[in-house]
Amino acid sequence: MKARFLIPLGLFLALAGLFWFVLNQMNRGDYNPRELPSALIDKPAPTFSLPNLHQPDQTIGTPNFLGQVSLFNVWASWCVSCRVEHPFFMELARRNEVPIYGLNYKDERADALRWLDQLGNPYVASAFDFEGRVGIDWGVYGVPETFVVDKAGKIRMRFPGPVTEAIWNRKFAPLIAQLRSEQG
Amino acid sequence: MVPELGHFALILALCVAIVQATVPLAGTVWRVPGWIALARPAASAQMLFLVLAFGALVWSFIANDFSVAYVAQNSNSALPLEYRISAVWGGHEGSLLLWGLILGGWTFAVAMFSRRLPDDMVARVIAVMGLISIGFLLFMLLTSNPFDRLVPPAPDGRDLNPLLQDFGLIVHPPMLYMGYVGFSVAFAFAIAALIEGRLDATWARWSRPWTIVAWVFMTFGIALGSWWAYYELGWGGWWFWDPVENASFMPWLIGTALIHSLAVSEKRNTFKNWTVLLAIFAFSLSLLGTFLVRSGVLTSVHAFASDPARGIFILAFLLLVIGGSLALFAWRAPAVKSTGHFQLVARETAMLSGNVLLVVAMGAVLLGTLYPLILDAFALGKISVGPPYFNAVFVPLMAPLLLILGVGPHMRWKQDDAATLLRRYRFVLLVSVVAGILLPLVAYGTVTPGVGLGVALACWVVGGSVVDLGRRVRTSRGLRGVPRSYWGMTTAHAGLAVVVVGVTLTSAYSTESDVRMAPGESLEMAGYTFHFDSVDQVAGPNYDASFGHFRITAADGSQVARLNPEKRIYRVQTMPMTEAGIDGGLFRDLFIAMGEPLGDGAWAVRIYHKPFIAWLWLGAILMGCGGLLAASDRRYRLAVKSAQAATVGPVATAES
Amino acid sequence: MKARHKRIIFVAIAIVGVAVAAALALSALQSNIAYFFSPTQVLAGEAPKGKVFRLGGMVVEGSMARKPGELTVSFAVTDTAKSVTVSYTGILPDLFGEGQGVVTRGKLGSDGVFYAEEVLAKHDESYMPPEVQDAVDKAQKMGVTKPAASGGNY
Repeated sequence: MKARFLIPLGLFLALAGLFWFVLNQMNRGDYNPRELPSALIDKPAPTFSLPNLHQPDQTIGTPNFLGQVSLFNVWASWCVSCRVEHPFFMELARRNEVPIYGLNYKDERADALRWLDQLGNPYVASAFDFEGRVGIDWGVYGVPETFVVDKAGKIRMRFPGPVTEAIWNRKFAPLIAQLRSEQG
Repeated sequence: MVPELGHFALILALCVAIVQATVPLAGTVWRVPGWIALARPAASAQMLFLVLAFGALVWSFIANDFSVAYVAQNSNSALPLEYRISAVWGGHEGSLLLWGLILGGWTFAVAMFSRRLPDDMVARVIAVMGLISIGFLLFMLLTSNPFDRLVPPAPDGRDLNPLLQDFGLIVHPPMLYMGYVGFSVAFAFAIAALIEGRLDATWARWSRPWTIVAWVFMTFGIALGSWWAYYELGWGGWWFWDPVENASFMPWLIGTALIHSLAVSEKRNTFKNWTVLLAIFAFSLSLLGTFLVRSGVLTSVHAFASDPARGIFILAFLLLVIGGSLALFAWRAPAVKSTGHFQLVARETAMLSGNVLLVVAMGAVLLGTLYPLILDAFALGKISVGPPYFNAVFVPLMAPLLLILGVGPHMRWKQDDAATLLRRYRFVLLVSVVAGILLPLVAYGTVTPGVGLGVALACWVVGGSVVDLGRRVRTSRGLRGVPRSYWGMTTAHAGLAVVVVGVTLTSAYSTESDVRMAPGESLEMAGYTFHFDSVDQVAGPNYDASFGHFRITAADGSQVARLNPEKRIYRVQTMPMTEAGIDGGLFRDLFIAMGEPLGDGAWAVRIYHKPFIAWLWLGAILMGCGGLLAASDRRYRLAVKSAQAATVGPVATAES
Repeated sequence: MKARHKRIIFVAIAIVGVAVAAALALSALQSNIAYFFSPTQVLAGEAPKGKVFRLGGMVVEGSMARKPGELTVSFAVTDTAKSVTVSYTGILPDLFGEGQGVVTRGKLGSDGVFYAEEVLAKHDESYMPPEVQDAVDKAQKMGVTKPAASGGNY
């Protein structure tokens, strides 16, 4: 009869197990509650041509992605979570792991430049998307989002939300290694 | 400097909490009076440091110190003073600090108002609350420090959402937290009793008033949230069954079961294990709610993935607190013997059935809340569980509960006679059924089984109370002889009946329509004519508004009300807000909200006729007042003196 | 009645009650959940016919049209690959706009048009305490307000 007193504990542990499972998956990037099915995966990246954030007379566009595996990171100075992933992108840039292009999304140029001045600039270059048109083409739901683009200029992965070291190791690094080994 | 002092005060509070959680507890084990006596001063010191920390944060907000990251994110130099203060709990870190402060406050209150309780009992209770405090302070200091500096400082803050610059939302979170955290007292009493291994009527009596007060706060908090949603959102809804609401509703359901179960444990010395379990559950669900809505696991809407470490931390904390206490329960509970035996027809049976229904209802809410998470996590599909699920489950559970409520509280303890009860209540039963069919029919011309059932059950609950009150007045010394706790119970149950009437009638007879209206046009609805006279452009202090002029006339042409719904655009954030025009009344609300302009001067307009909606909040207020009446019963003030007597065994209180 | 019998009766009542409640809950769950589908999935025939589900994506630029003199509005929702036409009668949330994210709940008609009963616009996701966040979410769903930032913010 004593076993029945263990029932509440058992139920709770089952629940805790479920939460642990979910959190663990979130940490590794396997489960992302805000992930929505993206139709862009394995499709050529939507073409665009935008002014460079730092040099408005130059443009950045789809051709920049060709011939290399690169990251395309959507960010804005008004975005709180961008501050969270920013140090990790700085680290990636320092390690020279992969070229990171930025899409400065619905931002003021002055704010964006100050943000990079203060926190550092991990981007090879940032495109300045004041009206958010390119973001719409790319299916950007929120900021930050990070895309992996392969040598042929196809989108291979979309990750919404801030990128952390754990998520990087689990989801990005293997994919990038695989893409680099592909013929392109 | 001040933020650093606040940070330092938090660290000191943590140190005190560690002392508070360990030394008095060790004192009770090794019988060291000096260590036991440390509990109360520790609780006071803890309170002092938390007040200092909270004060430091308030000061940072008042002084517009935008070098503090949290202030920069949630305030602005142009924000009026009162909103700068309420912005303190407008964000994650600050609301956690408020949580901690309230916990400190409850602990302090226990230390103050338990002068006549045995010292080692108080020491255990305060130590358990100290343990909880350690968890929250660590969480704050390690993952969510509100005093983190921003380098370089922001020139100005990001401002508080205009929506939060509203009385309802200033008061709603602190009220809810008072309830959530208040259940920690019942929890601490239960754990203290389990540690001591002495579960008797005494601890039930000690924790009862605390639990009731926490429940009252929670009741008011939930009602306030619902009321705010109704008047501010321009949509006419008052309950959405979304995860955050559910997170507060689940502990409320268990808390309701707990205050009833505590009564049985106190008076009849039975259900003791069940009561302890409920005390653990009520607080566990408060913590669980905190976990679900702050860890980001629940829905994308409330996701907060910037720091998954927070989720892991809270989960570990949950495991420790809930897992630990349930393990303690599994260890200690088998030794507890209930002495109060009872028959099938008895008040105990009614209480038990009501309890089971409440717990099952909580389970159903929990299932509906977690089901999308489970499916999503196992990649079985993205789903949402809508209000129809909750309604479909809730109504069949609440109907029998109300049926029991009409007669259960008036049964004798131990054993009652079904035939006598039937004879006493058959008149009420008959009247209720007739009223359930006739009242809606007379008032609205139609009646559905659902409406008839709702009204009949409400009449049944109130009628049963009236019959019993009459009997008591005749048998005891008139109205004065009726104890305050009895008035409290009757008021609270009547409040529930009022809520039921409100929910039933407003759900069944509300008339709502979204229409296209141009100035000069009118619409007839529910016997009223709504005239759209004109729209002005008005400039407010920090917004521009389209200001509607509506007239409402009754069937005989007389004017009922003039309403001015607005569509505001806040200049700084270019944020549109709808201000609904509401003509409130005891029996119906008339509600007008302007949607969007459709061109040619026409507007999309929402017009609602909502019968009996005010009864929802009226009923909740009655319930809360009933709780306050019960908690202030003189029995509790005298309780301690007779505590010794109560431990001896079941006290003959058949008539109370 | 012996104590033992009484106990058995109580336990039986409790078990039957909980079982009934569980059956009730599960059946209600079966009939009241709404799955989420993207336009591509809908056009691929993955979405159920005649059942309520949610359709999400972006509102296509220039696709929004109102029938003159009526409240009915139609617009196309896309996941950037395919798009589905949505018809809705009622007041749209303030945040609703072309090029913005949207989630709609309703049924797919035999004409391939999605008839929405509810339209939710996407909102700011910068963090606030849950109670407050919830209130803001509700407000945004109900069309009272829109977030300060011009785009979504995780």
